[in-house]
Amino acid sequence: MSFWPLIKVLPVRTHFRFVRLAKFAAALSIVAVIGSLALTLYPFKPPCGGLACGIDFQGGSVMEITTAPKSVDLAKARAALTGLGIGDIQVVAFGAPSSAMVKFQTPAGADASATVKTVQAALTQSLGEVRFAKTELVGPKVSNELLTKGVLGLGLAILAMLLYIWFRFELQFGLGAVAALFHDVFLTFGLIAVCHIEFNLNAVAAILTIIGYSMNDTVVVFDRFRENLRKYKRMPLAEVIDMSINEMLTRTIITSMTAVLALIALAAFGGPSLWGLSIIMLFGIGIGTYSSIYIAAPVIMLWGVKRADEEAQPLTPAGAKS
Amino acid sequence: MMNLSRWKVILVVVAVVLGALFTLPNLLPASMRDKLPGFVPSQTLHLGLDLQGGSYLLYSVDTKALMGERLTNLTEDVRSTLRDKVAFTDLGQVGDEISLRVTDPAQVADAVNALRRTVGAPLAGVAGGSEVTVNAAADQRIRIAFVPAAFDASAAKAVEQSIEIIRRRIDSSGTKEPDIARQGKDRIVIQAAGESDPERLKALIGQTAKLTFQMVDDNATPQDIAAGRVPPGDEIVASSDGITGSYVVKRRSVVTGEMLTHAQQGFDQQTGQPVVNFRFNGLGAQRFGDVTRQNLGKRFAIVLDKKVISAPVIQSAITGGSGQISGHFTQESANDLSVLLNAGALPAPLKVEEQRTVGAELGADAVRAGTTSAVVGLVATMIFMVAIYGWLFGGVSIVALAVNALMIIGIMSLTQATLTLPGIAGLILTLAVAVDANVLIYERMRDELRAGRSLIASMDAGFSRAMGTIMDANITHLLSAFIMFNLGSGPVKGFAWTLAIGVLTTVFSAVLVTQVLLAWWFKTTRPKTLPIA
Repeated sequence: MSFWPLIKVLPVRTHFRFVRLAKFAAALSIVAVIGSLALTLYPFKPPCGGLACGIDFQGGSVMEITTAPKSVDLAKARAALTGLGIGDIQVVAFGAPSSAMVKFQTPAGADASATVKTVQAALTQSLGEVRFAKTELVGPKVSNELLTKGVLGLGLAILAMLLYIWFRFELQFGLGAVAALFHDVFLTFGLIAVCHIEFNLNAVAAILTIIGYSMNDTVVVFDRFRENLRKYKRMPLAEVIDMSINEMLTRTIITSMTAVLALIALAAFGGPSLWGLSIIMLFGIGIGTYSSIYIAAPVIMLWGVKRADEEAQPLTPAGAKS
Repeated sequence: MMNLSRWKVILVVVAVVLGALFTLPNLLPASMRDKLPGFVPSQTLHLGLDLQGGSYLLYSVDTKALMGERLTNLTEDVRSTLRDKVAFTDLGQVGDEISLRVTDPAQVADAVNALRRTVGAPLAGVAGGSEVTVNAAADQRIRIAFVPAAFDASAAKAVEQSIEIIRRRIDSSGTKEPDIARQGKDRIVIQAAGESDPERLKALIGQTAKLTFQMVDDNATPQDIAAGRVPPGDEIVASSDGITGSYVVKRRSVVTGEMLTHAQQGFDQQTGQPVVNFRFNGLGAQRFGDVTRQNLGKRFAIVLDKKVISAPVIQSAITGGSGQISGHFTQESANDLSVLLNAGALPAPLKVEEQRTVGAELGADAVRAGTTSAVVGLVATMIFMVAIYGWLFGGVSIVALAVNALMIIGIMSLTQATLTLPGIAGLILTLAVAVDANVLIYERMRDELRAGRSLIASMDAGFSRAMGTIMDANITHLLSAFIMFNLGSGPVKGFAWTLAIGVLTTVFSAVLVTQVLLAWWFKTTRPKTLPIA
């Protein structure tokens, strides 16, 4: 027997009793969601709560400087900048030792553009030859707008998914899908908080991608679920769900694997500016797969579904049946 | 589905050829691209500023300052309208309004009528509408205010004028031409590719460049200046070099920048210093001639944006209508000033709201990093698919993937959609997830085969039944991409755009290309079993 192609070696049909673990998974997820929410919001520092706020949402300036081939003397740079009276200036290593990142807020009443110039001049004076590889400045008006747009975008995305699933399936499916989405989004926020990944527009884009991916996964499971509901009209709901998930399991694993492979490549070779984006998406792929199985489908059971020849009947979820 | 219809084959071939044709220029060096015959597309991917290096600047027109100026002018109009006709007191600005008190109660109605007739321009687009409202209030007071539409209209006009002036300034400064566009009600976006040091650009844009010639009031002593005691009708203006100290000048300007017809950088004949030579129009020349004749031996200040550039002593009457501004200029700053003066003053100050600058070096690094991770990610996905499904089915999905990549890059080159760094990430993810459609189809085939169908029936069902799922799954991606696109910000927009194009090409290539290839395989080999079952 050969081991290739692998598809022949993989078990043809698994019989995992996913639903049986749903109660346990639900408890775990609720705890994780609450924990993530707490980490995201605490210590309620506006505008980003507990997240490491990027200038997109907070306003201020950030510069990437390089003194290649010399390495950046961070202490010297800090010393030069503290005297400027601009308040809290962060100078941190960024990628290669010859690069650093400088981040600061424009002092109240000062001109943002002039502040950037002052900082650049001070850095040039203390470090000698500095190149400013990247300079970003976001004023308070724009950062407010971007934050509103970002939060609105996330909300709209979830709403759009609810409506789409409602339209294509049934309301119960939509609610299950949205429960899974909230789960994914909150946990992702938790990850961003725990790992101190900067919360900026890229992070929002990553979360939106996760929403798209998680829905993709959920829809695939739902599709099979709906088909099996029609096929096996008398089979208990929990068993239909288990069967549908098991049938799609090979596909779920293969697709997640390709996404994970690509994202690992991105995290490894994409450079520091794509690192945050790829880590968030990697995590999201895992969470999205988990939530399709353990959140989206079981939530449907709480409400029950209309089946062709009988009225909707809410079933007691999870292992209660056996 | 397994019988190969001709239109499907044609569609796939056409897509592949077009995809390859539009992708091709990206693979050729620039020198070869230029030599391509005219009918071959030569457009490459349009890289975003974060990949090619460049500056993105978002300015807002200071509408508050604009309105302040309009209110000041309106106050003067009101004063001159009522002067000699109606006795009034207490004329001044209260918030966004102008208020005055008519001394004689009997004249209030007359005053209101006179003001309604004369002050305020007609409102554009509204027949009989006026920009201002004039209302009598209690205690013989009259309140005059701009209607909101007038504020909006003058902000819009200021934005348009500013764009025009910025364009003139940049055109004559010789900088590489940037994109200038209006955004929203009161904003201007400037995108300069390849400009990684925007300071010169900012210097050209950020200056209002309001030039005035004002007489220096030599009666005011330095002690007065230090104590902030300003004689009536005078104002204190700082010097531009920050060393000379402040000047007390007459508030009324003798000549303004609008009266200049031409300015040019030159050199002073005696000192050899860089200077700006200028010429006045008729009115300016006459006024300047009169004032210089009357004020021999006194000083006048040349004031730019409320800073005194220089304050020469009038040696003789200047009647020729031309003159010279000398200050502490370098050749470049003198040249910049002449550019600013020629283009005219901005109607209101502009403020930097957002700036994103990426050096060309960093951009090139990003392109390298993006390309490496794309290639590694793609190759890993391909190896994985072959490992899972074997040469035939894995190979088919690889071909579908390659066609997909060709189409995405081809469409992006054709439409000149902007590719950004996050966009590259979107591209990689799209391609990796694109094989999902293949997986869905293959798994469905295996399911059907196990359910006891014949080989051909299973393959047919694999396509037709997986189709619904593939559509549903991809529409969710399209929805999130659409919402992302509306988030604003260039790089994220690029990401959304790449995702959206990717979804469309994925459905095409994974379904149609896979189908054609498998049908062809079936037709030529007449297999008895499925190699993946």
